[in-house]
Amino acid sequence: MSDVNYISAFCRISSGKVNVNHSIMFTGEAGEEPAAFIKSVYKHYQLNYPKFYKMDRLCQLAFIASELLLKDNKLTEKYNREEIAIVISNSSASLEIDTEHQQTISDKANYFPSPAVFVYTLPNILIGEIAIRNLIKGENTFFIFDKFDAQFTASYINSLLNSGRAESCIAGWVEFYEGNYEAFLYTVEKTPGVTRTEHTAEQLLNLYK
Amino acid sequence: MKLQSYIIADNIISPLGFSTEENFGQLKQMKTGVQRLEKSDLSAEPVCAAVIDQQRLDDEFKKLNASKAYTRLEQLFILSINDTLKQNPAIEIRSKKTLLILSSTKGNIDLLDPEHKGKFDKKRLFLWETGNVITEHFDNPNKALIVSNACISGVLAIILGKRLLEENNYDTIIVSGGDIMTHFVVSGFQSFKAVSNEVCKPYDAARDGISLGEACGTVVLTNDRSKIKGTAITVKGGSSSNDANHISGPSRTGDGLLLAIEKTLKEANMDASQVAYISGHGTATLYNDEMEAQAITTAKLQDVPMNSLKSYFGHTLGAAGIVESIVGIQSMRSNTLIGTYNYSQPGVTMPVNIIKETTGSTVDNCLKTAAGFGGCNAAVLFAKEA
Repeated sequence: MSDVNYISAFCRISSGKVNVNHSIMFTGEAGEEPAAFIKSVYKHYQLNYPKFYKMDRLCQLAFIASELLLKDNKLTEKYNREEIAIVISNSSASLEIDTEHQQTISDKANYFPSPAVFVYTLPNILIGEIAIRNLIKGENTFFIFDKFDAQFTASYINSLLNSGRAESCIAGWVEFYEGNYEAFLYTVEKTPGVTRTEHTAEQLLNLYK
Repeated sequence: MKLQSYIIADNIISPLGFSTEENFGQLKQMKTGVQRLEKSDLSAEPVCAAVIDQQRLDDEFKKLNASKAYTRLEQLFILSINDTLKQNPAIEIRSKKTLLILSSTKGNIDLLDPEHKGKFDKKRLFLWETGNVITEHFDNPNKALIVSNACISGVLAIILGKRLLEENNYDTIIVSGGDIMTHFVVSGFQSFKAVSNEVCKPYDAARDGISLGEACGTVVLTNDRSKIKGTAITVKGGSSSNDANHISGPSRTGDGLLLAIEKTLKEANMDASQVAYISGHGTATLYNDEMEAQAITTAKLQDVPMNSLKSYFGHTLGAAGIVESIVGIQSMRSNTLIGTYNYSQPGVTMPVNIIKETTGSTVDNCLKTAAGFGGCNAAVLFAKEA
């Protein structure tokens, strides 16, 4: 099999815009708070997944990006669920919700932490949410980088596919911290898909910028 | 022929000691590092946890004559990595061919506590900055690769090390995992009512929750066979998976862990009958241990001697996979299987073979398993070179 892999579809959510495969599909209202914007995307697409309301904002953002990414590119219909990998990274891990958990315990004599908050204090929970929604069981890894590392991401995922450890992959970057947010999720396959873009660091940076 | 990953140095820092040998000596005698703390900064109520003695840490760190200020976790990483460098002079940490992989679930999360505010720059809360601090300390020219994937982080980091060595962009990979005990983590697990009031009892009928712990472990891998000292042990295979079931509970059937084990054995080119020893995850929660027993039995590994080290170290989160792997490696070197502290009555529905007492036995390989929040599972197999 060829060693060439493709970014077969992508979804980029940032600055109040949703871009799926080069088309701006949705624009939020000017000045909208990030959390409100994420909810308006959810409502606009009628995603109808009650668990969404339990999620922290990082997972909500990852969830909507993954739904829009996979809407027209259903990996689970093409590949064995055990051979679809999920490899995602960000900069702040789960610091947004960590800060919230810390606030609930700041009085050391009298504190009431919430398990519903604490469970989100790990960044890979967002991989779990995507896996549960789509029943995806393959390789999963969450990396932390100071900024999106296209070079490593491209090279590691290409080697996952080329070594046969996965047949396809949901990959990218999801960040939500102190009012800054962005999601860039994409699928990697051996077939070109709608975007027909080779999975290289250079192409990733073109789509991510 | 794929490039191999050889283990050429390792270190464990835990309440049981500051080197692999010191830790293994305590384990052989079945001494636990988990203690009941009547009063601590960790919890308003008494709590059982494995905590590293602060005086010992201060004393050991002082010996390095470091010129800068480091957080508690950074000190552990630095001490642990430093010990591996002393063990094997063939490790060239300043080389461009040497990569550092760090595994941690919470990093410097203690800095969020108002008590620590202002002592360090806020940037220190970010795990990538922890990576920068460590690589700068050792003058390593590469950006550290950081894995933060709940309780499978350590096993994943070792698997990544093996995979990157096959690509041959690096010839040496230093894999270090650490997490510290904090009010943050203890209060969270308490809110889940997941913490036992006693030293945890993995796989036991009376198990009632986890013990938490802090530790740091470092294992150094290379694809250059000439750098080996002592027994040649390789990472033969490894894989991760997801149950796709629930974010805070494992699947009932263990199908996710089973998948990771099956893929690992396939990569190692082994079948279940060849596995000598399993170092389980064994957190001592009802669900985890049962799920593991299901997966182990379905994989036809139920007769293989298996232990959990959580009743010695506590659950050390991002360090667990590395620390427990190193104990497995030391078991292979010394042909000694460590008994599971606090295990007396079988408490899972499948007849898994839990090691009760420390015994001598030929140990040619070790399968290490892990599972974590987010539904993740991982397995890795270490073997003596045939």
